[in-house]
Amino acid sequence: MVTESRRRGASWLLILLILPFIALLWPPFYNFTQPSFIGIPFFYWFQLLWIIITAIITSILYFAGA
Amino acid sequence: MIDWVALSVFIFFFLLVTVLGFVAARWRRGDLNKLEEWGLAGRRFGTIITWFLLGGDLYTAYTFVAVPGLVYAVGAQGFYAVPYTILVYPLIFILMPKFWSVCKKYGYVTPSDFVEGRYGSKSLAFVVALTGILATMPYIALQMFGIAVSVAQMGINPEVALIVAFVILAAYTYFSGLRAPALIALVKDTMIFIVLFAVIIAIPISLGGFGKIFAAAKAKGVASAATAAATHTVPVFHFTLSSAQFLPYTTLALGSALALFLYPHSLTGTLSSSGRNVVKRNAALLPIYSMMLGLLALLGYMAIAAHVTPLKAYGSNGIVPALIAKEFPSWFAGFAFAAISIGALVPASIMSIAAANLFTRNIYKPYIRPNYSAREETTVARITSLVVKLGALLFILLIPATFIINFQLLGGIIIIQTLPAVFLGLFTRWLNRWALVIGWAVGIISGVYMFVAANYSSVYTFAIGGHKYGIYSALSSVVLNLVLAVILTPIFVAVGLRSGKDQTHAVDYTEDMVETKEAIPEALG
Repeated sequence: MVTESRRRGASWLLILLILPFIALLWPPFYNFTQPSFIGIPFFYWFQLLWIIITAIITSILYFAGA
Repeated sequence: MIDWVALSVFIFFFLLVTVLGFVAARWRRGDLNKLEEWGLAGRRFGTIITWFLLGGDLYTAYTFVAVPGLVYAVGAQGFYAVPYTILVYPLIFILMPKFWSVCKKYGYVTPSDFVEGRYGSKSLAFVVALTGILATMPYIALQMFGIAVSVAQMGINPEVALIVAFVILAAYTYFSGLRAPALIALVKDTMIFIVLFAVIIAIPISLGGFGKIFAAAKAKGVASAATAAATHTVPVFHFTLSSAQFLPYTTLALGSALALFLYPHSLTGTLSSSGRNVVKRNAALLPIYSMMLGLLALLGYMAIAAHVTPLKAYGSNGIVPALIAKEFPSWFAGFAFAAISIGALVPASIMSIAAANLFTRNIYKPYIRPNYSAREETTVARITSLVVKLGALLFILLIPATFIINFQLLGGIIIIQTLPAVFLGLFTRWLNRWALVIGWAVGIISGVYMFVAANYSSVYTFAIGGHKYGIYSALSSVVLNLVLAVILTPIFVAVGLRSGKDQTHAVDYTEDMVETKEAIPEALG
């Protein structure tokens, strides 16, 4: 049994978690139809994309031991 | 007119999960006469099972029915479910490992247990428990609603189906506890993903591509604007947000994200996992469900493009079953309806267990029978979960759905009032317990008031300086709650109102004392 140790310096990465909030909580930034992607307007695919980005951020933080 | 093919497929899968519900009692064996085993499955679920459990817990039948229904009815505004379920994950990543650790250390089963240990306040613990129970009950009822909607599409009398579903659900939850919905979630989430893939690929193909689908939605927006102009009202449907909708959209997303993990069923799911790292991994993996939800939301637009008419009784909430019935052969429709209905059973089971845990530990024990045995504790919880489900069944059979939906919206507004005590309590106990109680009370009163004043709507519009600001009432009321608690705390301290005893220590919120490496492969049995 091993005690997982917090990697020093990884805690600053937690600031990355603020990015989804910034990206999503100001709708005027993304309330557009263009550019569209495979027929999906920007407003919709932008938000779907941030699902993926947020998951990547949390994965990075997990592996960095934050 | 009953769709017999669909019904047969439906019944097959329903029977399957019923069997699983009872078999679950033997899965990862534990003494089910202990509340920690019945109510938290002994805190032993690894990453994969927790993923299925939380996914099934958070993405409910009501979600699948209501989100596309909302998008169908109002357009872009309904998409707030996507940023909502995105913003939940950073919160989980930061907060839930702490919550898990401190609850494991002291054997806390509910958020109310934690609050009592942290603040040494019985009153605060009581209000947290009461809020949790009240917020959960309409949510359970709405799961039943999800079953009713899919079953009605097959031509079955929904009331009969609901009673049957209730009996089965009540029986295996009583018997197996949290293990039942966990095992069933494995099946349910798999089915849902299969349905999702089929839907997201087949329907756009049959409708001629996403371009056509969004064009239909856009046309609806144009038509709605035209009607509104002619009748001097506000358009009902928007293809992209109007400027008046920006603030409601963002506050709905943020407020809902903050509230989700204050619900007892979310916390129960979290506490059933076996370690902090399981929780963290799930913060990274659960977003897969968000993607599913985002794509399912687009079903609302697909329904517009496919010219679907829902069953009258259910309005826009009937759009998903109607779309599936129209676009897919009977056997697949039966499979999809089974997925949705089973998707109701999982959260209904977990929610009733969570409410039962709260009632037993934080109301029955302190106020009715302080010295019960471990066995009595579990028996009380079992019976409570039965009563709670029965109550939900009666609700859905006797009370119009609109009322229940309103209660659930109100539930979100009241559960967020536990945020200062539960979430901030994970970081500091600076806030005075009485300040927290008063903040809670003011938050509840203001939240309920705004809900009623906005004509039973979640968004209350403030008119300030000639401008209108529509804000989700949960958010505005919890801000008021917090501000009040922060202001009152130094005053109460100065006046000499004592702080209660904090049972916990700073180190309890951090790394596990001992972190066991998960066995590979993680055994499912």
